[in-house]
Parts: sequence; structure tokens; C-alpha cells
Amino acid sequence: MTVLKLKPIFRLQWEPVQNAHVLLYPEGMVKLNQSAGEILKRCDGTRNIETLIDELKKVFDTPDLGDEVRLFVAEAERRGWLESLT
Amino acid sequence: MSDTARIAPPLWLLAELTYRCPLHCAFCYNPVNYADHNNELTTDEWLGVFRQARALGAAQLGFSGGEPLVRDDLEVLVGEARKLGFYTNLITSGIGLTDKRLAKLKEAGLDHIQLSFQDSTKELNDFLSSTRTFDLKNRVARSIKAHGFPMVLNCVLHRYNLPHLDKIIDMALAMGAEYLELANTQYYGWAHINRAQLMPTAEQLRDAEAVVERYRSEIGGQCKIYFVISDYFEKRPKRCMNGWGAVFLGVAPDGAALPCHTARSLPGLTFPNVKEVPIEDIWYESDAFNRFRGVEWMKEPCRSCEEKLIDGGGCRCQAYLLTGDPANTDPICDKSPMHEKVINVVWQAASKRGPDEQPMMFRNDANSRLVSGRTTKQKMPA
Repeated sequence: MTVLKLKPIFRLQWEPVQNAHVLLYPEGMVKLNQSAGEILKRCDGTRNIETLIDELKKVFDTPDLGDEVRLFVAEAERRGWLESLT
Repeated sequence: MSDTARIAPPLWLLAELTYRCPLHCAFCYNPVNYADHNNELTTDEWLGVFRQARALGAAQLGFSGGEPLVRDDLEVLVGEARKLGFYTNLITSGIGLTDKRLAKLKEAGLDHIQLSFQDSTKELNDFLSSTRTFDLKNRVARSIKAHGFPMVLNCVLHRYNLPHLDKIIDMALAMGAEYLELANTQYYGWAHINRAQLMPTAEQLRDAEAVVERYRSEIGGQCKIYFVISDYFEKRPKRCMNGWGAVFLGVAPDGAALPCHTARSLPGLTFPNVKEVPIEDIWYESDAFNRFRGVEWMKEPCRSCEEKLIDGGGCRCQAYLLTGDPANTDPICDKSPMHEKVINVVWQAASKRGPDEQPMMFRNDANSRLVSGRTTKQKMPA
């Protein structure tokens, strides 16, 4: 199954001044909300969508976040943030 | 009293390391009197700027100029900036970007390189930059990709190269650029001097937009194309710099802190120098950064306009260049009582083309001294 990985042109980092994760790319920046930050920081090439959802369920002790995560990952792919590795 | 609670921090720091440049582009935005500002900050002074700006919250750092590669401390500056957590962008003509320097910049952690081209043809590239650099730039583009850098290709557009737009896009795709920035000339600095020659026609721009749309639908995610419109042909002004003192902090080679690339051209403003004033005070307290912040400074028709928060009144430098007062509405806006000036400029450029037009004035030291000398004389009472 496809593992999720941020394209190398993007860098995710925590910005204390903005109190948020941001996605940095050539001459641009997207400020991420908390759930987007938690999802993207786990897109490091070691998880597929199922293992990602399982982990987030455990970490945040919330059973029904599968749809939300799938929706966000689809949006991230549409925006060209993720690369597909099999 | 500090306004730090109300004013958002700077996010984008542009370090114009030097005004020195091996190219002499006719559309350069650098000040026409750049030769008067040749006292460059030292390595340590730049590092102090980076540390202060990063502490305030700046996350993007552009190394620009002039040509930043003429500074032999570039690798040191990039390395320190990267360690501080900046996303580091090198904005370059490619001249001087040898394999050796690319390897050192990679090691220093440089995140991305923006390489400028003037055209898809050698003849026009070399004419517009007044150099023989096309073949060299092609070699540099290949080296950039060979070293694994993300690459943005940048090409400034005007009436000479707009007919080649499809070839320019093909060139970017063949080079493997991840982004292509097609930026219609903005008329400041040297481009303002050469405005009559560079100004495209409305027809050229319509064709160009159609070409860009066609490629966007064909190439998918391979390369992202940015198209910066030519605002002289618009009815609403651009949201210049995303607002004055909103996100952008520029530092000129001599240390002058600027709210936009071309703010130096504005009269009546004193720009604080990073050698004398802490960045925090410059950003939050200085008159230069507060003068056109928000909407309080606006005159009519902006003041009572329901769109004032959308475009922020447009561009202060354009308001000054076209109306004589930087606090006026940017006359690109058709609500401006002076919008006709913009229409006239476009009309005159379209009608005056012929063998009698004046030659292009290229950006070089001799012309800079000539232009600033002329400006000084004009300012003196008769």
C-alpha cells in the first residue's frame, strides 16, 4: 500500500511566533491548523493511510477521525504536497 | 508606546546583499541611483539581521541583489540562516554559480534556487541583459538540477518576449523546473525609465493568458506556473506587498530597511538602517513602516471605498510615480481621478512604436551615475 510522504520541496516546521506548524516552500508558506499539522508531520514515508489513522486515533483518543484524515490527505494530494511511494 | 499587540510580525525577509550585478537588465527594479549606495553590510552585520528577524517570526529568507553570488560569504550566510530555521531562497542570474559553489550551498542547507532567464532565445536573452549569458544560464540550470535543488525559473515579460511565451514554458519544462514564474514587467526603477519600450499591447497579454491556461491544463502537477499580470491593463490595483509593513521586510545592501523593494524611490520617508536601529523597533515603531500601514493614511477615493481592505489602496510607489503623491490612490484603479494617466501611458506606448523610438537604457554604473546626476539637477531650484 502507498506510503505517505511530503515532497522534498516542502518543509514542515513548528513556528513558535505563530503558535502553529507551517509548510514552507519556495517563497511561500501555509499556516496549518492543529489537525493538519499532526497529520502532515506523520507523512514521513513510514506510514500508509491506515496506519496513520490508527496512530492518530490512539494519540488523540478519538475513534471517528478516519473521514477527516482521508479528506485532508486527499486535499494535500490535490495541492501537490505529497508524493506517492509504493 | 508599542503596537506589537496589533501589528503582525514580519514573515518574509529579503536580504539584498549587493547592488553589484554582472547583468544589465533593462527592466531591473533596483533603484536607478544604486551607484550612490555602495557601502555593503559585513557578514556579521547580516547575521545580526537574520537572528533578529528570525526571532520576530520571519520564516522565509530571500538572498537577492544585484547578484548575491558576487558576495563570497554567501555560503556562510546561507548556512547560518538555515540553522536559524529559515527556508532559504537564492534568487540569482546564475552567473558565478559554479559546481563548486553549488556543492557548498547544498552542504550549507540552501532550500531552493530561483534562476532568471530573459527569454527562450539567445539573441533576446543576451540583448535584454546586455551580456552574453544565455548558454551559461542553460549550463547552470542543468547543474542546479544535478545537485538536487528545487528550481524556480523566473522570466520577466514585456512586449519583446511575450510572443515567445510558449517556447519559454517549453524551456522551463525541459529544464525540470518545479515552478515557473512569468512576471509581467512592473514599472519601477530601470523598467520605469524603459517603460515606453517594454510596454506590451493588450492583444499580446490576452494571447499570453490563453497560452498559460492551455499549458496549465496540459501539464498537470509537473510544473506550477505563476503568471503575474501587467497591472497597467487592469481596473483594480494589486494588493502590493500584501500590505505595507504587513509581512515583508527588505534590507538593502547598505542596511536601509524597506517596506517594499522599491520604497527607496519614495520622497518624504527616512528608512532606518539596521546598523543603527534594532529590527524590532524598525518593524513596529519606525515612521517608515507605519506610514502606510492599515487604512488610516488613506485619502479619497480609497478612504470611503468598500474594497479598501481587499487591495489596501494598491501600490505606494506607483501612486508616487504616476500622480506625484505616494498617499494617493494607486491610479491603476479606475476609481482614481487620475486613472486616465495609466490609459494614456498604454495608448502612447502602443502608438509611438517605430524607428524613431529612444534606445533602451541598460542598468549599469555609468547610466546610474548619469540618471542620479540628472535627478539631482532637476531637484535644484532654477
